[in-house]
Amino acid sequence: MFSNIFTSQSWQEALVCIKTEIPFAIWETFYVTVLATVLATVIGLPLGVLLVAGEKKGVLPLPGWLMKALNVIINLLRSIPFLILMIMVFPLSRLIIGTTVGTTATIVPLVVAAFPFIARLVEGSLREVDPNIIEAAQSMGASPMQIICKVMIPESIPSLIGNITIALTTILGYSAMSGIIGGGGLGKIAINYGYYRYKYLVMLIAVILLILLVQIFQSAGTKLSVSSDKRLK
Amino acid sequence: MIELRHLSKTYSSSSQEVNALNDINLTINDGDVYGIIGMSGAGKSTLVRCINMLERPTSGQVLVDGKDMGALSPAELRKERRSITMIFQQFNLLMQRNCLSNVCFPMELAGMKKSDAKARAMELLETVGLPDKADTYPAQLSGGQQQRIAIARALATQPKVLLCDEATSALDPTTTHQILTLIKDINRKLGITVVVITHQMSVVKEICSHVAILDNGTVKEEGLVGAVFAAPKSEAARRLVFPGRADKKVSDPASEQQLRLVFRDDKTTAVPLVARLAQETGVAANVISATTQMLSDEVYGSMLVGVPKNDIPLVIAYLSQYPAITVEEVSADVQ
Repeated sequence: MFSNIFTSQSWQEALVCIKTEIPFAIWETFYVTVLATVLATVIGLPLGVLLVAGEKKGVLPLPGWLMKALNVIINLLRSIPFLILMIMVFPLSRLIIGTTVGTTATIVPLVVAAFPFIARLVEGSLREVDPNIIEAAQSMGASPMQIICKVMIPESIPSLIGNITIALTTILGYSAMSGIIGGGGLGKIAINYGYYRYKYLVMLIAVILLILLVQIFQSAGTKLSVSSDKRLK
Repeated sequence: MIELRHLSKTYSSSSQEVNALNDINLTINDGDVYGIIGMSGAGKSTLVRCINMLERPTSGQVLVDGKDMGALSPAELRKERRSITMIFQQFNLLMQRNCLSNVCFPMELAGMKKSDAKARAMELLETVGLPDKADTYPAQLSGGQQQRIAIARALATQPKVLLCDEATSALDPTTTHQILTLIKDINRKLGITVVVITHQMSVVKEICSHVAILDNGTVKEEGLVGAVFAAPKSEAARRLVFPGRADKKVSDPASEQQLRLVFRDDKTTAVPLVARLAQETGVAANVISATTQMLSDEVYGSMLVGVPKNDIPLVIAYLSQYPAITVEEVSADVQ
């Protein structure tokens, strides 16, 4: 099936594609990924905080049923395969964006898929904070909100950056899948050229670019995480 | 003044109940350096956490200057905690903040103006002897230095009481001594009441004026350090004060009765007692152990001697002529 991959004709086509479609596709992938990550973090971070602070022994204990409900919803959303989720949130996309196709519309399913994931990652990061430090803050008269905003989150910044980087690269992978429902970006090019039109060279180039993007995001995130950690100097 | 009244704390899980504290009654006066000593698991940490309500007592009251800590609203309690600050075994500094902003932290919580907080924090760094570490992060400091920063942080809100929870247990002897000196200085210069939780006798001897001996969740003995340590009455106190059991090997309980002699002042301690005993009564006592120590700036001597069983009445009668010496018979298993 890949026999015609490196013919001069396929190179010609790929070159045209690189000049016309790829630059914009890179931008689309970048913009969808970053925007979806930011929005998912805006929702996921507070939820992650609640998962830790709201516990019975946490700094802001919440009713048990509320915590249970929160956990169930997060697990539920995380268990739906993204491919199915994309279709299931069509009504929501229509409500928010006004349409279900196009690059911007795919941000909705990406955020819905990613915020529960981010909530769990944030939960993990916050659990790493030394409980003795939280106790010390309590002994100084810190209120629950002060503990969350001035102790738990700032103390786990390096871990949070690391985890959000993981989320970012995962969302990048999901965004490529959204080519199926008409989302733009490198994923769409890979699917349209490779799957529908058997132009495997273009698909290969799109995939390589996706790999490069993941690499760039990941190493930038790791660097930021390490350089922000004051424990390591 | 801190008053603990009938304080009890029970931890209950589904399978069992643990009485961490049992009807504790203590009074800690302003300006005291009050030691609470006990073995691990005696309930020391729970006790100190009840003072600032980090742990809620199951029953009983904690009164600080007459204010019932357990009856305060959350907001009132947070305000009160600014005047009852705490330092910890593991220092518990914020690792992502530099030293200056660690010291600023409690003032920030209290809503103090940033520039004022910074100025005060700089003064406090000076007080604890680390003015050059303002921009340094805790991970770059040694344990002793971290504890100094923690002390500066604890002083930031001008507390009346400083609670020290095993504050020197993670430090080496030299650093321990330096930190204790600093705490003592703070007590003297600022008049802050200090509550010291420790399992180390040396800590109590070095800085405390009063001591309570905690064992199994109850106070076994309390009072002035000199009085308690020179003549411990409870078994828990004896275990702490005379931890060595080596005397078992040098004295035979079948033929010898052990006597503990406690010398209450330096003049008596200077008496060549064993020699006189031999000369005047003809009884040869076997010195098993002897120490002379400073407790709260007074000299105390303590000696454990083995005396032939038949001579016991004679010896006790002889020693009774020294009023500053207390004598007690010690059984072989309870020292």
